[in-house]
Formats: sequence, structure tokens, C-alpha cells
Amino acid sequence: MSVQEKVRIPAQRTPKKKVALSEGKKQERKLGWLLCAPAAIVMVAVTAYPIIYSVWLSLQRYDLKFPEDREFIGLTNYVTVLSNNYWWTAFGVTALITVISVTVELILGMGLALIMHKTLVGRGLVRTSALIPYGIVTVVAAFSWRYAWTPGTGYLANLVSPDGAPLTERASALAIIIFAEIWKTTPFMALLLMAGLALVPDDLLKAASMDGASWWQRFTKVMLPVMKPAILVALLFRTLDAFRIFDNIYVLSAGANETSSVSMIAYNNLMKGLNLGIGSTMSVLIFLTVAIIAFIFVKLFGTAAPGSDDGERR
Amino acid sequence: MTTPGRVVAAAAALILAAPLAACGSDDEGVPVLTFYNSPVQNLQTVVDRCNQQAAGKYKISYQTLPRTADDQRVQMVRRLAAKDDSMDILGMDVTWTQEFASANWIREITGDLKSEVEGQTLAAAVDSAKYEDKLYAAPNNTNVQLLWYRKDLVPTPPKTWDEMIQMSQQLKSQGKPYQVMTMGAQYEGLVVFFNSLVASAGGHVVDDAGEKAVMDDGTVKALEVLKNFATAGVTDPSFSNAVEDDVRRAFQDGGGAFELNWPYVWASMSEDAPDMAAKVGWARYPAIDASTPSRTTIGGSEQAVSSYSKHPDLAFDAIKCLRGPESQLYLAVNSGQAPSIESVYNDPSMDKAYPMKDVLLDELKTSAPRPRTPAYQNLSTVVAAELSPPASVEPQKTADSLRESIQAAIDSKGVLP
Repeated sequence: MSVQEKVRIPAQRTPKKKVALSEGKKQERKLGWLLCAPAAIVMVAVTAYPIIYSVWLSLQRYDLKFPEDREFIGLTNYVTVLSNNYWWTAFGVTALITVISVTVELILGMGLALIMHKTLVGRGLVRTSALIPYGIVTVVAAFSWRYAWTPGTGYLANLVSPDGAPLTERASALAIIIFAEIWKTTPFMALLLMAGLALVPDDLLKAASMDGASWWQRFTKVMLPVMKPAILVALLFRTLDAFRIFDNIYVLSAGANETSSVSMIAYNNLMKGLNLGIGSTMSVLIFLTVAIIAFIFVKLFGTAAPGSDDGERR
Repeated sequence: MTTPGRVVAAAAALILAAPLAACGSDDEGVPVLTFYNSPVQNLQTVVDRCNQQAAGKYKISYQTLPRTADDQRVQMVRRLAAKDDSMDILGMDVTWTQEFASANWIREITGDLKSEVEGQTLAAAVDSAKYEDKLYAAPNNTNVQLLWYRKDLVPTPPKTWDEMIQMSQQLKSQGKPYQVMTMGAQYEGLVVFFNSLVASAGGHVVDDAGEKAVMDDGTVKALEVLKNFATAGVTDPSFSNAVEDDVRRAFQDGGGAFELNWPYVWASMSEDAPDMAAKVGWARYPAIDASTPSRTTIGGSEQAVSSYSKHPDLAFDAIKCLRGPESQLYLAVNSGQAPSIESVYNDPSMDKAYPMKDVLLDELKTSAPRPRTPAYQNLSTVVAAELSPPASVEPQKTADSLRESIQAAIDSKGVLP
């Protein structure tokens, strides 16, 4: 933190203490609220209602197959899900995929961002081609990975394991899923990090290099601290995204051989099992986990929404 | 006077209006019945003929569902749960009967359609369309898996699993195509496989009322056979990820010596690989014990009328034509769908299209239903998960944990993987 304090770029500061507002300001603020009200109301209607409804569903035995047996059962569904092996296996798989893919994406994304930032010749071409994976629809990309890894027809399967079927074994299937995730979303990470790189003032780097800082020192002592808000935002976005992984798994392994993520098994219980009670319980639990992740990032690491002026809030 | 602008405008108007015409009724006020079914070759021809026969009483519009049964069901139940009234006739898999009927999504079949269905159709197929002794759907085809084998490699087909594994290992040591190919992916196909083994071993997964998980000695025996098969080194490397079409293609390309699959493979093989078809024979599904004939899981599809349909009477009428003997014969000959009406098998054109019909009818008459409970889909998912990959099955232990998770599935307490 101390390093960061030293190199912090002077940012706009909002006064910490509340100042009494003038009449005009008050009016202006009121108008502001009125202007955002319609948008806010629509947002609450489309997000809050389903959330509350799923909480309500999660407290019932509600199985579309047995409509007569619908009843309120309190927290029983939570006990069922939280004491179930499939749930915790899926939770573990999801956590594993999240941690590995986000870590690798951060490293690769940083490299890619540096390349895109530094490129002088064919800048547009480099940036565009780096973004191609992100531009391809996940399901489409996942299908091409699936065919590539199918023995007989796939070039990767024939190349890497001519005798096996990598998508049918747990470890290799997970590796392929993580690989597909990384391939797909590294550009997104790089894009966010590149925005952070643009924040690093050239003067600061020049000054550091005048002081004899090596490239590595400039990177770790100057660039990273300045970029920290951008890195945290990128990490937060990607972690939340990675935790909800669904499409890659759905296409690549369909959750076979214990490769299901939490979203995958929530879908299975809701859509295939028609068990609205258990399925909603899982959705609520996923929602809570995502909220906790966001809370940790915001409160403990001090991530701030991009564009907010008090980026250093603790 | 026609200007390019007017042509474009007219075309745009057409494009905009076309989708509107597709729903509800068309210009002359003829009610349109939507018929949701899996993609079946030449089904449109049947629909067209039925429309002609209806002579303006109604018009059936055939809408194709996704290719796999899981996806078909998910799409249907999603819409039925939302009380979608734009589905009239539902082309269903036989295993959905209990669930759809229990959820009040399909109408009971009564009156003359009922007596027609019960009078013509193979008993095992009628049975699979019932829930609590009421008829809810009209079976339009039926299905059992047969053993397909390479006559050039194996002179006489094996009678039991042990025999087949032995033959395969022998072929393997001779360096010839040896694989036994069947469906082992974590999905319904694996459950069908398991259910055939259970029925052949005389076991029970659930009790007759469908309310209690049983998993007796017969099921343990079935699990032993499954494990033995999966670990004998006679399967395709992608066995634990293979679905029907993978198996069909791999066998058709000459990769194996035995294939356990539905009869549709014959139609596509005769068309795509006639040389291979000439070398392929068929036989009854292998038994577990040489003295007890095998019992094979009955499959097939049926047609039901949605509870939310606005034209139920017309829809029942349309079903009479869609699944009538003429339609069944046409699809049997042209699309490899085994008829559910027994008399259709006597038609001379069946001899060429269905040379295996005697074995097929034999198997059909002794076929085994899948566990009958509205929670079948959950049961099936749990079973598929526990048995995947088949090589990791531990018979007694797997049976015990299955009993527990099947009971939970029946009580809506089960968590699906």
C-alpha cells in the first residue's frame, strides 16, 4: 500500500464530510432522482421480483410433476442441497475452474495488454485479432472445441491423445473446459487491463527509468500500483463471470463425469427435474455466493466501479 | 406500374406477414394444429397426406424439435409449464407419459380413439402410454434394440454377454475389428442399457406402484455384467461418451464387430454403406443367463394432446391419421421407424425394409418397460450419473446408493447432478 500512496496520481477528491446543500442544489438533486426513477423502477421490477420469487420458491416443496403435493417446507430444501454430495462436488468444480481460469487469464491478459499497448505498427490489426475469441459466441466456440477434442474427427484429440477420448475423463475434460474459458475470455481481461495501462502516465515511467529502475521494477512498482483499480475491476468481473460458467460445460461435457458447475446443476434441477423448490434453492445459493465474492472484492480489496471518482475508498 | 421500390415494399410486407399466418388460423379460417415432434425423415409427407385427408377441417403444421430426447423434453416442459396454448399435438417419448400425465399437461384419451389404439397396438406399447390405468397417448412407433453383428467375422451370433465378450476378445487377439459398440454416455441411453440388463436378470428398480425404490439382487447382477463389460477391453475408447449416432456411425464405418442399437441403424446403413450392410446380421439382444431369454427395454414414441390446446377434438382426430396404419407403414419403409400396430408388420413391403422384423416382434412381445413413475426423468438422471463411467461401477455399493437416491427422486427431495 505504501508504494501506492507514493505514486498515486492526483485524483479528484470528493469531500468526506457532508456539506449542507443550497436550495438550488437540492432541487437539482431531486430532479436527478426523478430522471433516474423510471430506469430504477424498471430495474427493480426485472431483477428484484425474480430474486424474491426464487427465494419464495426455495422455501416450498414444489415439483411440477406432483402439482398436488405443493407445500411450504421452510428451510428443508436448503438442508437437502447443502448436505448433498452433487452440490458440493459441483461447487468444488466451479471454484476450481474460477480460480485457475481467472489466474491464468490475468497473467495472459496482462501480457496481451502490454503487447496491445506497446504495438506501434498495425495497432488496429493487433487489437482486432486479439479480440476475435471474445467476439465468437461461446456456444459456437465450445462446439468447435468439442469437435476438435472428439476422437476420430478432431485434430486435437488425434494429436494429443490418439488412443483416448479426452472429453470423457474428468481431469482432461476439466482441463479442456478451463482451456476453452481461458481462450475465450483472456481478450476481455486484456481489454480491461489495457484501459488500466492507459492510466499510467508516461512521465512517471520516464522518471522511474531516470532513477535507474529496471523494466521489472517499473512494472511492479509503478505500473501495477497505478493499475490496481483496473486490475481489481477486471478480476471482479471475471470472477463473477467464471463462477457462473454454464455454456462451455453444457456443450463440452454436459456435466458428465462430475464436471458440472453449480449453474449447470441448478439448470438440471429446474429444467430437467422440474423441481422448482430444489432448483430455486440452488439459484439462491449461487446468488449468495456471487454476492459474497463481490462483497469481498469491494470491501476487502477496495474495488470500485469504473468511473466512480473515489477510486480509493476503503 | 412496377417500380423496384414497390417490389421491395411488397417483399417486405410478405416477410412481415408470413410468420403471422403461421400461427392461429390461415386465410380461410382453417384451424391450424401445431404438431411438435423430433426431426423424422419424411414425416412431412405423412403430415401432408393427413392434411389432404382432413379436407379443410384442420391443417397440421409440423414443427421440429431438437435432435436429442433430453432437449426435446426440456423445450416441451418449459412451454407446458408456462401453459403455452400454441402446442396442440405433442410427439413424445414413451418415458414421458407418466410425468406429463401426472402434471396434468396432457389429456386422457377416451372414446373411439382409445378403442382404436387399444385394439390395434402391441400390448407392450399400449402399456407404456398409460398412467394409473388411463390411456394418455397413442403410440405411433415402438422400438427395441437388437444385436447387430458382422457375419464375416462372427459366424453365429452370441447368445449371452459372456459369450459376446469372449468372441470379441478372440477377434482382438487375431487383430480383427473386435469392438462391442453401444451407448455408454451419461444419458438416457445408458439407463436403457442398464434397464435391459436388469430386466434380463429378473431384477426390479422400483416397485409396481412406482412409489418405492427396490434395487434387488437382479439389479446387482445387472451391475456386475455392466462392470464386467466395461472393463473387459472390448469397448470403443469413447464408449463412456457415446450416444446412438456415434455408435451407428462407428459401426457403419467398420470399427466394430458387434453393435447394440435401435433398428434405425439398418435403414441408414443400407442407404449410406450398402457394402457394410451386406456383411451385417442381426440377432436377439444377448441374455445374461443362457437359459433365460433376454428382455429388452421398450422405447418408441407416442402422440398426445396438450391440455392447453384450443382444438383438442380436432387434435385427437389428427392423431388418428398421423399414427394410423398407413402412416406407420410409410414411415417404417421410408424412415426406419418400427410400427406399433402389429398388423402393419404383415405388409409385404415390410419384408424388404424390415428384414429383421421377426426378431424385432419377438423382442417386443417380451420387452421390459422402464421404471414407471412420474419422477422417471429424475430417476434416469440419477441412474445415469451413478453409472457413469460404467467401468467405475461397484455393483453392491452402487446398488445401495442408487436405492437411496432413487427414493429421494421419487419424493422430490432428490438433487440432480
